[in-house]
Amino acid sequence: MADIAARNSAVAGRGERSSLHKLMQRKSTVAFLMALPLILLITILVAYPAGYAVWLSMLNKSMTKFVGFGNFQFLFKRDTFWEVVAQSCLFALTAVLFKAMIGFVVAHFVNNIPTKGQRKWRGMLLVPWVIPAAMSTLSWLWLFDPSYSAFNWMFAHIGLPKISWLGEAGWARFSVILVNVWAGAPFFLIMYLAALKSVPDQLYEAASIDGATWWQRIWYVTLPMMRNIIAITILFSTIVTFANFDIVRVLTAGGPLTATHVFATWAFKVGIESGDIPLGATVSLFMVPILAVAATFILRDISKRGSEV
Amino acid sequence: MANAAVATAGAPTRPVRYGSISQSRRWALRWSYFFLVLFAIFFLMPPFYMLVTALKSKEEIAAITNPWWVYSPTLSNFIELLTQNQYLIFFRNSALVSICVVVITMMISVIAAFSLARMKFWGSAALATGVFLTYLIPDTLLFIPLFKMMTFVRELTGVELVNHWWTLIIIYPTLTVPFCTWIMIGYFASIPKELDEAALIDGATWIQTLTKIFIPVALPGIIAATIFCFTVSWAQFLYPLAFTTSTTELVLPVGIVTTLIKGDVFNWGQIMAGALLGAAPPLIIYAFLMDYYIAGLTAGATKG
Amino acid sequence: MAQVSLRKVIKKYDEVLAVRGVDLDIADKEFIVLVGPSGCGKSTTLRMIAGLEEISGGDIAIGGDVVNDVPPKDRDIAMVFQNYALYPHMNVYENMSFGLKLKKTPRQVIDQRVKQAAQILDITELLDRKPKQLSGGQRQRVAMGRAIVRDPKVFLFDEPLSNLDAKLRVQMRTEIKKVHQKVRTTTVYVTHDQVEAMTLADRVVVMNAGLIEQVGTPNDLYHSPATKFVAGFIGSPAMNFIPCQLEQAAGALRVRLNDKLAFPVPEGRTSRYSAYVGKPSLVLGLRPEHIAETRPHTEPNQHDFEQVIEVVEPMGMETLVYFTIGGAEVCGRVNPNAGATANGAMKLRADLSNMHLIDDTTGKVI
Repeated sequence: MADIAARNSAVAGRGERSSLHKLMQRKSTVAFLMALPLILLITILVAYPAGYAVWLSMLNKSMTKFVGFGNFQFLFKRDTFWEVVAQSCLFALTAVLFKAMIGFVVAHFVNNIPTKGQRKWRGMLLVPWVIPAAMSTLSWLWLFDPSYSAFNWMFAHIGLPKISWLGEAGWARFSVILVNVWAGAPFFLIMYLAALKSVPDQLYEAASIDGATWWQRIWYVTLPMMRNIIAITILFSTIVTFANFDIVRVLTAGGPLTATHVFATWAFKVGIESGDIPLGATVSLFMVPILAVAATFILRDISKRGSEV
Repeated sequence: MANAAVATAGAPTRPVRYGSISQSRRWALRWSYFFLVLFAIFFLMPPFYMLVTALKSKEEIAAITNPWWVYSPTLSNFIELLTQNQYLIFFRNSALVSICVVVITMMISVIAAFSLARMKFWGSAALATGVFLTYLIPDTLLFIPLFKMMTFVRELTGVELVNHWWTLIIIYPTLTVPFCTWIMIGYFASIPKELDEAALIDGATWIQTLTKIFIPVALPGIIAATIFCFTVSWAQFLYPLAFTTSTTELVLPVGIVTTLIKGDVFNWGQIMAGALLGAAPPLIIYAFLMDYYIAGLTAGATKG
Repeated sequence: MAQVSLRKVIKKYDEVLAVRGVDLDIADKEFIVLVGPSGCGKSTTLRMIAGLEEISGGDIAIGGDVVNDVPPKDRDIAMVFQNYALYPHMNVYENMSFGLKLKKTPRQVIDQRVKQAAQILDITELLDRKPKQLSGGQRQRVAMGRAIVRDPKVFLFDEPLSNLDAKLRVQMRTEIKKVHQKVRTTTVYVTHDQVEAMTLADRVVVMNAGLIEQVGTPNDLYHSPATKFVAGFIGSPAMNFIPCQLEQAAGALRVRLNDKLAFPVPEGRTSRYSAYVGKPSLVLGLRPEHIAETRPHTEPNQHDFEQVIEVVEPMGMETLVYFTIGGAEVCGRVNPNAGATANGAMKLRADLSNMHLIDDTTGKVI
């Protein structure tokens, strides 16, 4: 189609046709030129830096010498590194799990109420996702303040002890996960709500008649029908949560000490704040395996979905 | 076979086993509302708390009265914030960056999406998948090499890229273009080919087809992508934190976090006021264009 | 025993009455069809029997027990939906065994019942396929298999053939009849197609605007419709309705259609109709199959007349002819060799022993 259109505009022009002119009229050239900015952007600012990161990770601190896997070996020996690995995995798994469960449960509640009111509730429940993460984390920082915590104030009133939300390693990790779940659950809510609505009512009716209780209906009808969307959302969220920076940085900056550091924040500290760029690059590269695995599953799932329809 | 004389069933008995169906439905509804209220409290509590704190004077905050309510509300925090030059500079920087990024992104994405969705050229399928993959590469992986690349450019050409807010305009599209292209490809692909052919018969060139047919028909998708692009740019934290340090170059998220926390003294009233104002543009867009906002979200199953 | 009885059943949606008081008794093992135009309340009634819709008023009893408050899963019914409603992620075997699995039936019993049902429906080779690999007719059979396997008190069918093409519909109709003969279970079947109703039912329930117009065997409904609605609904092509007047002449009654045409009323009906002489708003009902070409010798209650034919529709085994009497379009069924031509005059014979006289003010057949 577009090649005919291209030829038409060629016919409109008169005069000698240079071979360059002819080249410009070919459909594939035009299409390529249209995609060129995109290709340039990706190549220069995404693909190249990604490769460059690998190169950087193999230099020494002052970036004068090639040290191969020296940085990697250095990291493997440091306790902090393994702490960061454990924490990143812990946060990603726990947060994603809770976000998915909360999203799924709340989606059911929203779906249960009459359609007219659903929009209102959906609007309210999505707010955490709309507010920029850095801003909303500030409010949590204030809520968790060591001296002025509003939560501790409530606890004091009902006789519970004060909690050092950000000062104690265990609670700090809890707080980070909590804020992450708070900010991310609405995304799951929206996705699952849409998926719930796409399950035909008649399947539920048939299951009712076949004798299913409400949880059997969820297990045998809802979950299988939603299998794809559940997989996709969990995989995407795993990637994003694993690479999360904003929340940890604002809430704890990785503290207390290094109890809440994840790959992103530690890479920032090591690479930018302490000035050891190659080491920072090395740290951030450790995210790649997880990302690659998740990405493969996502791609496989998407192409499977395409052929299943 | 059976004729009209049908034996009437013996007097119907009423077993007392089951509660009425409508009763159980009403209870299900009550429980649903109950839990929805609980979750709404959970989700809306921090923004509410931001507002309450922003309206408190320094004294009221220090006095440790009920933190969940403001007894003598004051706008002093907002006023101080807005009359200090710094905050307005942050706001200006953020706005400029976001708007420029939106314009650049949409220009690149729409054209690239049109090309990938409608025209076939060698490698277009691979490129489409590549675009999608790119979105999966997080900013936390790229910020260090990008930082080094910028100092490299300085050494090479003398152009200083670090510590200028307009550098962000070059960097942010790496976050926004892949996703916007992806959803635009989806929207364009869903436009029936017959529309192209009708335009062709009517004598349109491909530019005319793009501007007069595709863009208007895919307008909801374009709006959704624009909103997504704006909110991502506005909320960005990592890249500006890494690349900008001088106060005049900061954007809003970084500005609030770094400048309002001076040493050990946290001016919480102003911080909350600043955070609230910083959250305002996305919230306002959301309030008025909620459906487009959500459409952008669900179009790609990302971010969260 | 699996009789179903409905007493004064009402269904209200907000302020609109979809079902306005239905009384019906269905005998054990009977095949009853609810038929009527769109929106007449037949599907709603069926869904109330199933428990998928709440009953706004009245009672429904299955097997003698009132089931108003009983949830669908405890009513021991099975339903075949218009859109089949097969579980897409399960194969045919799993679809059919789902209900039994939920009841924790032992595996051998499930296996035996599924294989049995599959044999009756001729779908044994499809047992490990998924619904999306099946054709419409196959899916419908699986849906029926799912119902049969449950061995319920009542089968409910909600317009199961509406999604199939015409030829398949005729085939499946026969299948359903065969299955009912093998698996004798009370069946309530809903359709808008009166042909399905007539061919499948032991008794037909004609519904209109939330009420039952008439209940009877197919023959009853055909020969003795109680109301104009039923008369016009049953039979294809539909019955002819010609406005007329009843006159009395020399002790005999005549039905006058226009200045030139009047039919004598069969003797046995004189007493029934005499009260209506001279009344306005009378309509003569005569089926197209009772208007044919004329024949050489006379017969009792057969009246010959001549008409100019407007439209001729050759159907192969017969020809339909259309003409106008008194402003009403009339259809007749003549032998294809009778020489009917458009715009040509033709001699026709009306069989008045099958006439119906309708009072248009009440809609009832006299």
